[in-house]
Amino acid sequence: MMAEAWRLTAHEAHERLRARELSSVELTRSVLERIEAVEPKVNAYITRTPELALEQAREADARFASGTATPLTGIPVAVKDLIVTKGVRTTAGSRILENFIPPYDSHVYEQLRRAGAVMVGKANMDEFAMGSSTEHSAYGVSHNPWNLDLVPGGSSGGSAAAVAAGEALVSLGSDTGGSIRQPASLTGMVGFDPTYGRVSRFGIVAFGSSLDQVGPIGRDVEDVATMLDCISGHDPRDSTSNPEPLPDLRAYLGQDVRGMKIGVPREYFIAGMEPGVKDRIDEALKLFEELGCEVDTSLSLPSTEHALAVYYIIAPSEASANLARYDGVKYGFSDRTGASMWENMEQTRAGGFGNEVKRRIMLGTYALSAGYYDAYYLKAQKVRTVINREFQAAFEKYDVIVTPTSPTVAFPIGAKVDDPFAMYLNDVYTLPASVAGLPGLSLPCGLSEGLPVGLQIIGNFFDEGRILRAAYAFESALGWSNRLPDLA
Amino acid sequence: MTTAVATEFETVIGLEVHCQLITRSKMFCGCSTAYSGAAPNTHVCPVCMGMPGVLPVINEQAIEYIAMTGLALNCHIAEFSKFDRKNYHYPDLMKGYQVSQYDLPVCKDGWLEIQVEGEAPRRIGITRVHMEEDTARLLHRVDAATGEGYSLVDVNRSGTPLMEIVSEPDMRTPAEARDYLVRLRQILRYIGVSDANMEEGNFRCDANVSLRPRGTAAFGTKVEIKNMNSFRAVHDALAFEEIRQAAVLREGGKIVQETRGWVDERQVTVSQRSKEEANDYRYFPEPDLPPLELSREFVERARARLPELPAARRERLLGLGLSEHEAATLTETRERAEYYDAVVAAIPGDRARAIKLGANWVLGEVGRWVNAAPGRTLAALPVTPAALAELIAMAESAAITGAVAKEVFEKMTESGESATVIVERAGLAQMGGSGELEGFVRKAIEANPKAAADFRSGKEAALNSLMGAVMKETRGRANPDAVRDLLRKELSE
Repeated sequence: MMAEAWRLTAHEAHERLRARELSSVELTRSVLERIEAVEPKVNAYITRTPELALEQAREADARFASGTATPLTGIPVAVKDLIVTKGVRTTAGSRILENFIPPYDSHVYEQLRRAGAVMVGKANMDEFAMGSSTEHSAYGVSHNPWNLDLVPGGSSGGSAAAVAAGEALVSLGSDTGGSIRQPASLTGMVGFDPTYGRVSRFGIVAFGSSLDQVGPIGRDVEDVATMLDCISGHDPRDSTSNPEPLPDLRAYLGQDVRGMKIGVPREYFIAGMEPGVKDRIDEALKLFEELGCEVDTSLSLPSTEHALAVYYIIAPSEASANLARYDGVKYGFSDRTGASMWENMEQTRAGGFGNEVKRRIMLGTYALSAGYYDAYYLKAQKVRTVINREFQAAFEKYDVIVTPTSPTVAFPIGAKVDDPFAMYLNDVYTLPASVAGLPGLSLPCGLSEGLPVGLQIIGNFFDEGRILRAAYAFESALGWSNRLPDLA
Repeated sequence: MTTAVATEFETVIGLEVHCQLITRSKMFCGCSTAYSGAAPNTHVCPVCMGMPGVLPVINEQAIEYIAMTGLALNCHIAEFSKFDRKNYHYPDLMKGYQVSQYDLPVCKDGWLEIQVEGEAPRRIGITRVHMEEDTARLLHRVDAATGEGYSLVDVNRSGTPLMEIVSEPDMRTPAEARDYLVRLRQILRYIGVSDANMEEGNFRCDANVSLRPRGTAAFGTKVEIKNMNSFRAVHDALAFEEIRQAAVLREGGKIVQETRGWVDERQVTVSQRSKEEANDYRYFPEPDLPPLELSREFVERARARLPELPAARRERLLGLGLSEHEAATLTETRERAEYYDAVVAAIPGDRARAIKLGANWVLGEVGRWVNAAPGRTLAALPVTPAALAELIAMAESAAITGAVAKEVFEKMTESGESATVIVERAGLAQMGGSGELEGFVRKAIEANPKAAADFRSGKEAALNSLMGAVMKETRGRANPDAVRDLLRKELSE
């Protein structure tokens, strides 16, 4: 058995598993020991599942023996805690689901199981995916493995921190307005938010239904391609799932990028972007040029600035309905000390939801109310269409659009938690693609003051392949992959 | 009182009907809808329980059924419609919102023709028919030990396809409202999309009712009435409300826009909540479902599945020379109408005669058999239309008498055997030959000397009792005309 197997990428681990130089049980034990060692510092997980993981690892080893293994068989994976897992507590980071043991499996977890992956735990997250730092988790903040005083980003902060800290080789997160890409950026990992409709939402605890999408976080581009391959595809249980067959995403890795047209929207270079971030992005654009890409910085997406407003109307509106089911009557936290049924419901919601969730329920309820609907929700949907059209026009000229993922590197825990608007601004670069339903990938493009900076590559609908092609070429040229922070 | 209302004010009534569809599975999940009589919470899954992370999938059969309903109600079927979320909190609403349709229903702008007995037919506008899902059911209990009330939730009903049919405010009397409901139910049952049983709760009606001074056009303030569990209740609640509102208006009062509940035991409506307390449902498009686009082919397939509707059937039967009553009764249910048509088609010979004979039998003997036992339906009748037609033809050709035919029919309902078999085995064939009958006639005269004497002395009616005696002896097999001729001949000798 090799030392520190937890340091491997999933594809490296797969090679060793296939060569029988390493067993999944050994690999899983290595990761579980790593979790034991660093989890007190990182808090990447809400629920750990070591017994289940070892059982799945044994099954995985049997698959290698019988020749039915897939690229993910035996690979330890962290699963964001809003992904429903039968028999394993699923809290969505909320107290209101503190004791919820789902009676069914999500589509994506079924896919992972079918591939033979090993689940080591349910990853921490901002409550109901509402946040950009995991500070809004009811189960404590996750810490950035690069500097434990900093946030790992969010809402999939636990999924990103787990992979960066060696507590899983890859993970699943979910992205509504940047919740995969931003934490990937802040932890130096690769995060991929696929096209809306690419991955079934069946069994994903809903936040903003027209925006939510599950995607992978990994230590290099190849690993997220492998993960996305596994979880994508049509699922008749999700009516918004795309029926198109999925191309073999891994085939795009290593393809030449010469002549690829890259648009860089000038609206993304705003005040508030840290100089160190801007430097890394400028260097990244140069590197693309060196690779033979045509980089055009004259692209304009004038409605970019409205994406934040659109998002903070549509997502809370949908959330206000999606979260209405948590009333303490059927499952989860239930406060029964009230004098009546209605009082119990109110107390359950008052005590079960955190402040950020309550804020968004209020926002959404207000935006949908009689007399306000046209001015807010309907208007937001119209602007959404405009944003979409601007992207579509851009994709007539460009293969992909490249931007920074976040205006800042990881920020200190507590710095923005009391200033919701400052927190919302951290997603300003990821929101437009989310609002449009487009796929976006974040990968590291260097460090600023010792902390990772993320580069975002946005593609057209269902054009994940082209994003991977650009990302893989960039990653190879930069020579940055699977770089884990020193947690000691 | 009612007369005063009728002369002074005009009543304006619109109805909203919620109707469960008899699809095999629920609206948005695969659970069976056959939960009637099942133990609570046995026809459920994460989707209809509103578990975290679940998503709806549209039941295509439900969409076909609502399209059929729309077509039967002369509606326009939208090529493009969508689902919306209707938000409100209630413990029977598993997701905290109901998936319904707000501004783009599947069907709109239709009509249904009503006709209250003794009045001219009128068209009642159908504003819209939209698709939604039913809620769970709450069972209210009292704890025997503490005396405290509590409620249980049975989720079996949750997610059952529910169609809401909204009429225009076109009805003017409680009788019209009742007739509208009767005809609507008849259509829904004809097209086979719903059991439409009000008592069982799969056909529910709320009414909007207002009064306005006769001759004016503007609507008065409307009151919504709920909790009516039978057609009679709808009628009575509306009749009560007419009088209540008229009294308020006559005293110079104002009608409060509110929801009132019908209390059947007391035969009154009582205020439930006012407009100020009404919910803001915060409708918005259901993001989990793409818009519903119905192709022309889909709509035409739905149209092709429609049977001949009650109104058209009635017209056709009237055209065949049947009376209003016969046509209405024969077409009351699709089952009966189709049975009748099949019987007529199978009777040989003259059409006009077959139409009449078929009506007599279906409304007579067949109807009697159905009504003889509670809950019996035509589907259970062991006599096929062809078998009945054979029996009718035998009676018509004088092979058996009318009286025997009825007896044979009864035997057919018991054994399911054909009329020919029964007649042959029991020797019920009509006795028409004079040689065969003469003995019975002489015997009857001998046994009834008084009647014979009366007839001879000119009392024509006395012949009937002698006829009866012969029929009794022959167990109805004798041809009545032949018996009458023989009696006259014998008695005049």
